[in-house]
Amino acid sequence: MIRYVTSRLASLIISLLVASIVIFAVIEVIPGDPASFMLGVNARPDTLAALRSEMGLDQPLIQRYFAWVTGLLQGDFGNSWTYKTPVADLINDRIWVSLPLAVYALVLSTLIAFPAGIYAASRRGSAGDVTIMGATQLGVAIPNFWFAMILVLIFAINLRWFSAGGFPGWDNPALALKSLTLPAISLALPQAAILARVMRSSLLDMLTEDFIRTARAKGLSHRQALWRHAVRNALIPVLTIIGLQFSFLLAGGIIIEQVFFLPGLGRLIFQSISARDLIVVESVVMLLVFTVIVVNFLVDMAYAIVDPRLRTKT
Amino acid sequence: MSRSLIIGLYLTAFFITLAAVSLVWTPYDIQSLDIPNKLHRPDGTHLLGTDHFGRDILSMIMMGARTSIAVAVVAVGIGMALGVPLGLLAAARRGSLLDEIIMRGNDLVFAFPSLVIAILITAVFGASAVNAIIAIGIFNVPVFARLTRGAALPLWERDFILAARVCGKSAFRISCEHILPNITNLMIVQGTIQFSLGILAEAALSYIGLGAQPPTASWGRMLADAQTLVSIAPHTALIPGFAIVLTVLGLNLLGDGLRDWLDPRIRVVRT
Repeated sequence: MIRYVTSRLASLIISLLVASIVIFAVIEVIPGDPASFMLGVNARPDTLAALRSEMGLDQPLIQRYFAWVTGLLQGDFGNSWTYKTPVADLINDRIWVSLPLAVYALVLSTLIAFPAGIYAASRRGSAGDVTIMGATQLGVAIPNFWFAMILVLIFAINLRWFSAGGFPGWDNPALALKSLTLPAISLALPQAAILARVMRSSLLDMLTEDFIRTARAKGLSHRQALWRHAVRNALIPVLTIIGLQFSFLLAGGIIIEQVFFLPGLGRLIFQSISARDLIVVESVVMLLVFTVIVVNFLVDMAYAIVDPRLRTKT
Repeated sequence: MSRSLIIGLYLTAFFITLAAVSLVWTPYDIQSLDIPNKLHRPDGTHLLGTDHFGRDILSMIMMGARTSIAVAVVAVGIGMALGVPLGLLAAARRGSLLDEIIMRGNDLVFAFPSLVIAILITAVFGASAVNAIIAIGIFNVPVFARLTRGAALPLWERDFILAARVCGKSAFRISCEHILPNITNLMIVQGTIQFSLGILAEAALSYIGLGAQPPTASWGRMLADAQTLVSIAPHTALIPGFAIVLTVLGLNLLGDGLRDWLDPRIRVVRT
């Protein structure tokens, strides 16, 4: 177990290190230097010089990289050039929209996919199975932002059950959750379709295993064998997909936030791109990638708990 | 042939035909604006209606099919051209440091959500269809590399490979002459799935303004334009969406059908 954890931990740290180098390098390859890119061709020389020294462009590359990384580690993401405030504050304001949205969508997706996948697998070939599989084919093919527009058309414009966009803040949690509901549904449905398919095929594999036959021979009903033995083992590939989906939900949230005018990290990135505020872009992208890598690490750890066989492997 | 293969073939052929026909003919010229006739509902003169500039939506859909298919095909091509050789190399040198580096590199690219790669690229190099292709293509590389390696590894243990080695064939020749032909079916099936994902990704990037730029027609852009009009002219939002759904659905059915037809044991990756 200790060897498993240390090897995962080492690969976590290396991944984070390389990711930070890649992101830093991409920003560096911009033609000219980042300061002139941000200010455009008509910038006054003194403004340019001021930004250059603020960004530390007069220092060598390596030194700047280490300054950026140590800053990140201490929670100092630099100062936004357009907003004139620390990037950490900007992120702090917006992460409380993006993160709850991703978690909300993940919960919805799991709540839909698990029963659907388990039902379809346990009644393989039945009308219910065929219907669920047909629905998942459609779910995989629907772009989430278009689905979001359809939801707005039906539930916000025609039925007026929800508002078409915006976020009231967390002062009133019920209202905040309500305004995240349509975005979360539109994010969750395509993911639920994928998850249900994985759940179904993983469970079908398990149901043909010898240990299920043994359990049945011992006198367990189909239902008991399914729930006590098959579902638990089928969860392993499902967990991987859930981990991967979290990153898709965070990134997918970037688009959905645009549809619903939610003040999350996605909108922050877009506003920063159009304002050419690279300091913000660089840090927010790093934060997203950091989250994805850490979540995948946690999934690996969760494996070891769910499946003790993996602990011995390195 | 299964039902899904036939439906998938028809849908895919339909959209490829639309794109091909648009090369020589569209019902209307989408470059010319006809503001007095804007936001027409579908009728006899405009089969699918007109948009907010009075452009014929059917013509836009045909031109958009071209953009979608071109972007997705090139992106899948990039993914295969780089991913398959990397996967073959990793499998041939399995357990070596090179294998480890290739696979860790793949994990790293995987850790960047495709959209984040696209955003980073467009933030630096500007928004264009070419940059969208590169962004989607980069994300396809680890998909094919992993799949190739995973499929090649068990093949390396087989007797016919041993026979080839006894004949004195190099690892390179074995990879090209024996491993590659045995994973072609898998690549075709996964390629179809990545094709459909590429169409979704192109639509998403164009929707947020990071993909094809005007005047290039794109389904994603049409949806972005339609967003504020959805209450007064729902057809402008519904039609491009249906085009995307039917194309992606067609490709997915085609992929599933091909798998059942070629080799039912194939497992595709879909995330």
